[in-house]
Amino acid sequence: MARKTARPGRSLIVFGIAIVAMYVGLALHGVWSPKLGLDLQGGTLITLEASTTTGEAVTPEKLKEAAGIIDSRVNAYGVAESAVSTQGNRNIVVEIPGKNSKSIVNTVKQTAQLRFRLVAAAQPDVQLPTPSPSPSASPGSKGKQHKSPQTAKPSPSPAGRAVSEGLLRADKPHSPSPKSSPSPSLPPPTNLPTPQPSAAPGTPTPVNKVPTNKSSVADLLAWANAPDTKSQAAFQQFTCAQADKQPDNPAKPLLACDKKGTTKYLLSPAMIEGTQLDNASSGIPQNDVKYVVNLDFNGTATGTFGDVTRALVGTQKQFAIVLDGVVLSAPVVDSPITNGQAQISGNFTQSSAQSLANSLKYGALPLTFSVPVVSEEGPTLAADQLNAGLLAGAIGLALVLIYCMFYYRGLGIVVVASLFVAGAITYAAVLFLSFTAGFTLTLPGIAGLIVAVGITADSFIVYFERIRDEMRSGKSVRVAVEAGWVRARGTCLAADAVTLLAAVVLYIFAIGAVKGFAFALGISTVIDLVVFFLFTKPMVTWLARFRFFSTGHRFSGLSPSHVGIERIGSPRPAGVAR
Amino acid sequence: MSGFSRVGHALYEGRLSIDFVGRKWLWYSISGLIVLVAVLGLAFKPLNMGIEFVGGVEYRVAMTPGHVDQASVTAISDALHGSGIDAASQPIVNTSGQESIRVQTKPLTTDQAAHITTLIRQSGNVRDISSEQIGPSWGQQVAKRALLGLVVFLVLVVLLIWAYFREWKMSVAAIVALAHDLVITVGVYALSGFEVTPATVTGVLTILGFSLYDTVVVFDKVRENTRNLGRTDQTYGEAANLAVNQTLVRSINTSVVALLPVGALLYVGTVYLGSGALKDLALALFVGMAAGAYSSIFIATPLLVQLKEREPGVRAGDARAQRRRARRAADRYTEVPVYSEDMPIGADPGVEPEVESDDGTTVVVNRASSPGPPGRFSAGERSKTVRPVSGSSSAGRPQPTRKPRSQRGKG
Repeated sequence: MARKTARPGRSLIVFGIAIVAMYVGLALHGVWSPKLGLDLQGGTLITLEASTTTGEAVTPEKLKEAAGIIDSRVNAYGVAESAVSTQGNRNIVVEIPGKNSKSIVNTVKQTAQLRFRLVAAAQPDVQLPTPSPSPSASPGSKGKQHKSPQTAKPSPSPAGRAVSEGLLRADKPHSPSPKSSPSPSLPPPTNLPTPQPSAAPGTPTPVNKVPTNKSSVADLLAWANAPDTKSQAAFQQFTCAQADKQPDNPAKPLLACDKKGTTKYLLSPAMIEGTQLDNASSGIPQNDVKYVVNLDFNGTATGTFGDVTRALVGTQKQFAIVLDGVVLSAPVVDSPITNGQAQISGNFTQSSAQSLANSLKYGALPLTFSVPVVSEEGPTLAADQLNAGLLAGAIGLALVLIYCMFYYRGLGIVVVASLFVAGAITYAAVLFLSFTAGFTLTLPGIAGLIVAVGITADSFIVYFERIRDEMRSGKSVRVAVEAGWVRARGTCLAADAVTLLAAVVLYIFAIGAVKGFAFALGISTVIDLVVFFLFTKPMVTWLARFRFFSTGHRFSGLSPSHVGIERIGSPRPAGVAR
Repeated sequence: MSGFSRVGHALYEGRLSIDFVGRKWLWYSISGLIVLVAVLGLAFKPLNMGIEFVGGVEYRVAMTPGHVDQASVTAISDALHGSGIDAASQPIVNTSGQESIRVQTKPLTTDQAAHITTLIRQSGNVRDISSEQIGPSWGQQVAKRALLGLVVFLVLVVLLIWAYFREWKMSVAAIVALAHDLVITVGVYALSGFEVTPATVTGVLTILGFSLYDTVVVFDKVRENTRNLGRTDQTYGEAANLAVNQTLVRSINTSVVALLPVGALLYVGTVYLGSGALKDLALALFVGMAAGAYSSIFIATPLLVQLKEREPGVRAGDARAQRRRARRAADRYTEVPVYSEDMPIGADPGVEPEVESDDGTTVVVNRASSPGPPGRFSAGERSKTVRPVSGSSSAGRPQPTRKPRSQRGKG
């Protein structure tokens, strides 16, 4: 004790330097104001609740991957400073500052869907409307029977990325469509419409309707080789700018673009769902120098994939891996893969291979989301809340300071100084956490900080009352300051431990904005301890050396009349029962 | 203010004493009555759960100044009534604070909620709208988590108290006081119809911390005062009562200082914002803090004394203290110290020398009541070798003799 109290001035100086250093550090990074929560700056907060369709547990990895996917969806909307985070074990919180973002809700909540589809046509996305022959071609047809499989070598593709020729499809489509009379006469690819008149009024052609994801692989391949005209027409009209508006329905053909929006695709209904993918990884195979992505299909998909690859091998025809309506990758097939283990090679870097593998692995999370909470805060109201919070803080702080100055007089200086030091450290901590850990200051957070003012001041009161108790038992001021400290320390530690416990429990169990309150309360409590031990105590010890305090001046707060004794250092009146 | 300090000093010395422990049945019955009212209130008037718990949509509509009135409320109410959406046809619309109107409906879909927002905006004089849309299942999850948090906290608190006091009776008394605060706070919410939101639950949990803190301070002092009970003629109850009185000033001060910022929050939350997290938090804190300060003084300590008085050791100690007091009442001079010829010098039996023990506490050694016949020296006070005493004619009584310095140490 003696060693500690010997140099209170030095402790104070060191402490002061530490605080200045904190602010210098923050200033170097140019951080002066904390990030505000949505309730203080306005915006939309969406909470998603995940559940599995299969009944298995929602694992943290799945949730995190889903959050990543949602993040990219929100970012695709072009909202600045949006934040997506996981909360608890099944919630994802999307925070979008700014106004009018309710339309995002539906985008955000859809399940992440990874599917394998066949590419019927692919073109660079040109902004000029492509002169398409098809609109005029099939005016009457209602999209049902538009094509005879092999005649419709579709894709009048200017890109020359033509779908592979009929040899793949030869086996199946021929036989089921014997009456595809026009087939012998292979029309020039651009001349799509011609076959139709004959096909449409003709007998029902089993293959000429648009297949669904329930259709056989053969049907899908057939369609991919020769899409119906309606789809083609749509494809011609389609530009990547409209990509967001396309519903990703597994049972229907899909118009999609790649990530960069440079190539557009006409895709078949889903042939394999992402859920049928057991695993995906990336790495460099032996005897190779380039990264590849390894796929591992489950039992049913192995067969399908085998059929597809057998059909596509040797052609320039692609299949596409589509996540949320965006083509992640559209590889061609080098060799048939019948064991369910595929390798995608290409110009991968380590990170792009890893990223594709991750998307494949988690992209088809069997998670569905409900949206239990959507809260939208108007910017004006948010500003009101911020002002109200600051006002409450100012009033609360002022009241505490006035009370302490009035009751403790000279010692009130200690309270004022300690509270301001605590405030400075708290603000620095909030800035620091906001800068490094993405902590945002919310209204409950401000409330927590305000409530903590009371807790912090309580520590000082416990200490001061202890000093007075010691003086009442006949100690001089300087002795009482030390003796009182020993007792007050224990009480204060116990009290702060309880508050900290409450804060931690709240933080762990609370959902939503209340977390901010618990967090603020917790850091304030810790800071209270730091200030109490490293600032308040040395300061009181230091002040006790001044005659103003040690002789019990009238305004020192330690005057005999104030404490209720005859004179400082007088022994307790004899004969009082204890 | 120094008057208050003098009161504090009087309380500290025991000159002024409020009988907290002795009148325990009065406090018990007051508390029992309040708790009974609270429980009855809870039974007949269920808690007004906020939309966070039951699901629904809440709009906070900031109006242009001067338009927060019944006319606007009716306008919004009518607008929603004519919306054609069933769940929104019976809205609860009321003014909240100085500047806003609050609208609550049953759960809606996102599109419906957006439609209602437009309707409200069209009703006129609207400056800004905030909305919060909560699904019905979400509330159950929130409620479950809140309840779980409460239970975990209580269990941890019991362990903490047990570890801190190392005495199950203190733990039980503290927990009873906590439960008392909890029931009263919940009862106040049930009876007053204040809305219960997650912020309220947070406030209640924080309050439990405060209440416990008060109890810890009081019990600390009780423990200190009863440590050397055998040396005084106080009963356990009296020592505990003195402890409560001694910590009274501190309890009042800490409560006031803790309540000041909460009061500011409550004021701002109610007057400026009308509703929301600030008000809910501050209200729960305010109600609970009052109950917490009351219970640690009026419930926890008397209960502790009752529990302790059943212990054989404490009972024997109390009996001894009372016997001693009875003896003193019969003969006032029983304990007047007796001077004897060979008493050590300076050992005035009427003065209790204080010894600063190493942990900073002041231990009063009362030699008058310490065992052993008077006149026998204890170790450290006098050397074992008694110096020779010879008669002195001038002093009139025996004086120790001492050799001159030059002759000392030579035989």
